[in-house]
Amino acid sequence: MSPQVLETVDRVIDKYHKDKSMLIPILQDIQREYNYLPREALLRVKDKLNVPLPQIYAVATFYKAFSLKPRGKHTIYVCMGTACHVRGSPKILEEIQRKLDIKPGETTPDLNFTLETVNCLGACALGPLVVVDGNYFARVTPVQVEKILNKYKER
Amino acid sequence: MVKLVIDGKEVEVEEGLSVLEAAKRIGVKIPTLCYHPAVSAYGACRVCTVEVIRKGWSRLTAACTYPVQDGIEVKTNSEKVIKARRLIIEMLLARCPNVKAIQELAREMGLDKVRFPQEDKECILCGLCVRVCSEVIGANAIGFASRGLERKVTTPFEIEPDTCIGCGACAVVCPTGAIKIEDIEDKRKIDMWSRKLERVRCERCGRYFFTKAMVDYVKARNEKIEKLQEFLNLCPDCRREILKDKLRVTKETTTLHRT
Amino acid sequence: MSKKIKSLKELEELRKEGLKSLYPDKPRIMIGMATCGLASGANEVFEALNTKVRENRIDIKIVPTGCLGYCQIEPLVDVFKPGWPRIIYQKMNGEKVIKLLESLTRESIWKDSILARLDRDELLIFGKTKKYDIQGELSGVIDDIPLLQEIPFYCKQFRIASRNCGFIDPTNVIEYVARGGYYSLFKVLSQYEPDQVIEEIIKSGLRGRGGGGFPTGKKWLYCRQAKGNVKYVICNADEGDPGAYMDRSILEGDPHSILEGMIIGAYAIGAREGYIYVRNEYPLAVKHISIAIKQAEEYGLLGEDILGSGFSFSIRVNRGGGAFVCGESTALMASLEGRVGEPRAKHIHTVESGLWEKPTNLNNVETWANVPVIIARGADWYSKIGTEGSKGTKIFSLVGKINNTGLAEVPMGITLREIIFDIGGGIPGGKKFKAVQTGGPSGGCIPENFLDLPVDFDALTKVGSMMGSGGMIVMDEDTCMVDVAKYFLTFLKDESCGKCTSCREGIKQMLEILNRITQGEGKEEDIELLEELSEVVKSTSLCALGGTAPNPVLTTIRYFRDEYEAHIKDKKCPARVCRDLITYTIDQEKCTGCTRCARECPQEAIVGERRKPHRILQEKCVKCGICYETCKFDAIKVE
Repeated sequence: MSPQVLETVDRVIDKYHKDKSMLIPILQDIQREYNYLPREALLRVKDKLNVPLPQIYAVATFYKAFSLKPRGKHTIYVCMGTACHVRGSPKILEEIQRKLDIKPGETTPDLNFTLETVNCLGACALGPLVVVDGNYFARVTPVQVEKILNKYKER
Repeated sequence: MVKLVIDGKEVEVEEGLSVLEAAKRIGVKIPTLCYHPAVSAYGACRVCTVEVIRKGWSRLTAACTYPVQDGIEVKTNSEKVIKARRLIIEMLLARCPNVKAIQELAREMGLDKVRFPQEDKECILCGLCVRVCSEVIGANAIGFASRGLERKVTTPFEIEPDTCIGCGACAVVCPTGAIKIEDIEDKRKIDMWSRKLERVRCERCGRYFFTKAMVDYVKARNEKIEKLQEFLNLCPDCRREILKDKLRVTKETTTLHRT
Repeated sequence: MSKKIKSLKELEELRKEGLKSLYPDKPRIMIGMATCGLASGANEVFEALNTKVRENRIDIKIVPTGCLGYCQIEPLVDVFKPGWPRIIYQKMNGEKVIKLLESLTRESIWKDSILARLDRDELLIFGKTKKYDIQGELSGVIDDIPLLQEIPFYCKQFRIASRNCGFIDPTNVIEYVARGGYYSLFKVLSQYEPDQVIEEIIKSGLRGRGGGGFPTGKKWLYCRQAKGNVKYVICNADEGDPGAYMDRSILEGDPHSILEGMIIGAYAIGAREGYIYVRNEYPLAVKHISIAIKQAEEYGLLGEDILGSGFSFSIRVNRGGGAFVCGESTALMASLEGRVGEPRAKHIHTVESGLWEKPTNLNNVETWANVPVIIARGADWYSKIGTEGSKGTKIFSLVGKINNTGLAEVPMGITLREIIFDIGGGIPGGKKFKAVQTGGPSGGCIPENFLDLPVDFDALTKVGSMMGSGGMIVMDEDTCMVDVAKYFLTFLKDESCGKCTSCREGIKQMLEILNRITQGEGKEEDIELLEELSEVVKSTSLCALGGTAPNPVLTTIRYFRDEYEAHIKDKKCPARVCRDLITYTIDQEKCTGCTRCARECPQEAIVGERRKPHRILQEKCVKCGICYETCKFDAIKVE
């Protein structure tokens, strides 16, 4: 296990006072740090928190916030809330899928984009909504998809 | 003590029992799949659905997790119950068409047609294996992963779990036979967990019996009991032989009690 | 030196400080910067204003505020200047706000993009009105500006839970105190016994605003009566119903109202620890509630020895992990314990055995936000609002095919028609109303003939739906109701924890049938089978997610059976939504051959010569709709 990972994980666990019930916030901090949950990090959590590994694995795979595989540099969130759906978000999602050749939950091979659907971001006046890196794109139409993607392809 | 009525029969039991357990006491049979007396009740399969009438309100619920209450009336075979139970089993049969236990339940319910597209799974996600590994054995080698339709029983990272001692308790409690233990000579294989273990020979008769991991596991937890150490190097049959003279112990009395 | 408040006098001092902040002797410009405001460009407005103000060293206060509710016309900018009425501007941008600033520095009211004016502030906690001191000369200039209360979106509203949203800086506790914040807490700690507090809440008739509608006072009573010294209080901020965002609005715009409510509740129940469980997808809400907790602790309004009363209570914020099912109370508690969000059957209620098997009282954000008002104005006053069985107000999120998208808080008993057509302004594009979905995935679709039903906890259940958390998704003639049912089941399929057979397999099979129907492979027996599945899933699921999952299917079959039959028998989608049942063609009369659509088509499915009518190659067409959007001659037909 790399010492850097061990150190980071230990720091996070100490921040939460080695409290087993704080497993989810602990994993959230680790996820934020590495953009995914590395296996060795989870093994370290098992050792230091004294939580059985199956429980950690269950939590890591149950919640959408966690990923066991590295996430892309830019995460594209397509809101699939009812209001956005009624305004045509499925077409937006399809267009993005076509352009990037990945399905929701997947990451492009060059690790640039991860596509995720999200259930209602609460900005329903602006639907269909697409959020990339915290930037909101409102009233998106399928035609605009390419432009939005190009913004992040160059970076 | 709590008084309730099950299928017209009055029964009085201690507080804390489930309706399923109370029904057993008076010989009323309710079908189950995810229930086993050795582990906690879970309420996942819904096969033990019964009708409970309380304060004039009727509802369907799982008997294994519904606590007995004073004055309730339970119907295990009303029309509502049969209709629900039949559909639940139909869905399970669609998922696992080749599992004997489910085929048997389907036969009992008079189910001859499955109106849903068929898969070919064996696991019904009852969780008995997970619970026995955690609550009884304490090895904590397996668990659930993902949710919804992706939910499955697996090992962490879906690789061979080094905490699995190969005791086979999971296979014993599995109602569908999805977990298979393969014993060939000095090896034990549990494919479901990609687990391969070594077995040890009995010091007395020379046959392979438990896995080395099992023996080590029990020894480690009972270090202080010296007599146990030598006992663990013998297979169950040889142990019985040795004890027979001392305690008049027979095979019947040492068989694991199963309902 | 300690800032901790230990007396009414000190609270008053803090209020005076807050009043100076709310009504300074120089201009104060508020910009709606809740998530909805930010999403529509409020940051650009803020930056532009900030830059100009710093450059020219103009002496004005710029304050980010929460959501006023009228999301359709955001970004909203609110200007207060001593001697003026408050003026609220709509649909602002960086350019416009500079023009506004220029007028302001020239002491003249910028007349462009005005939404409304306010000539007074309603201080709900005190039951008082604060009138603005308006210069006499202005009367000619401002008379043509409507008052906020006169605008259709606002005239039927009565903001109780959202009383401070859009009026204060949510990251500054003194402004919350200025408008009466923490006075109710003080009243409770200095004058009430815990039982009296519970009595008051019971008398008020307050019912849970998260969707369950359980009488709040009763819940508190059961929790108080439960055995044990350790008890917990939880705020469920896991708002998961798609289309509902009122909780987020309160968390971002008035976080202290939730804290105050929780502290009062904890006192009444006898809890010393509380949790706020916020959905993972709400980072701004998490930020604001965390700041609020810190500030409240600084002022001795939370933590040890609150307000010098001897009562101690602390709150922790936990973020969800991205699971709708964690909005269910037992799953939420499992999540707080570090486990997966699997619900358990509630034969033993959580008020008796909840978090860590201790008595736990869980309430929704909006429920907590109502508490300080009930204490301040009394149960009698509160119970006069609303209907017989549903007292008080409810915040509704009006979204979908509606002109005025936003959040509206109205007394319960108002009709669906009033909400959708008076407040909501009706359907855009002159389209016809078809249905309104209420109650999220647990609710149902309500058709036109029920528009005059009053909205409260009980009236909508009679027609197969429910009020739920207040989400109202309006649908028009271009919405396919079978597609709506499919949508909700798809949502629930991904959110089901998967533990019980009924929900997991039931939803799967129902969805499979709906998929076939929308793909033109429906069978005659399908509707009956859907109804049979619905019954069993409803009655045998372990928790309410599965227990209410069939509702959207049942209501759409009940009220829009003809659409199902059109899909199954005629293989047609009347609303022209279901991809496999529609065709895109080019009207040969209207097409000018401009080739625009051909160039935009991602499948290169459109062929034709320049200036001659084009046509779509059906075998290549994937029905993405890009040509429809692109065509300027209305030549693309969808059938």
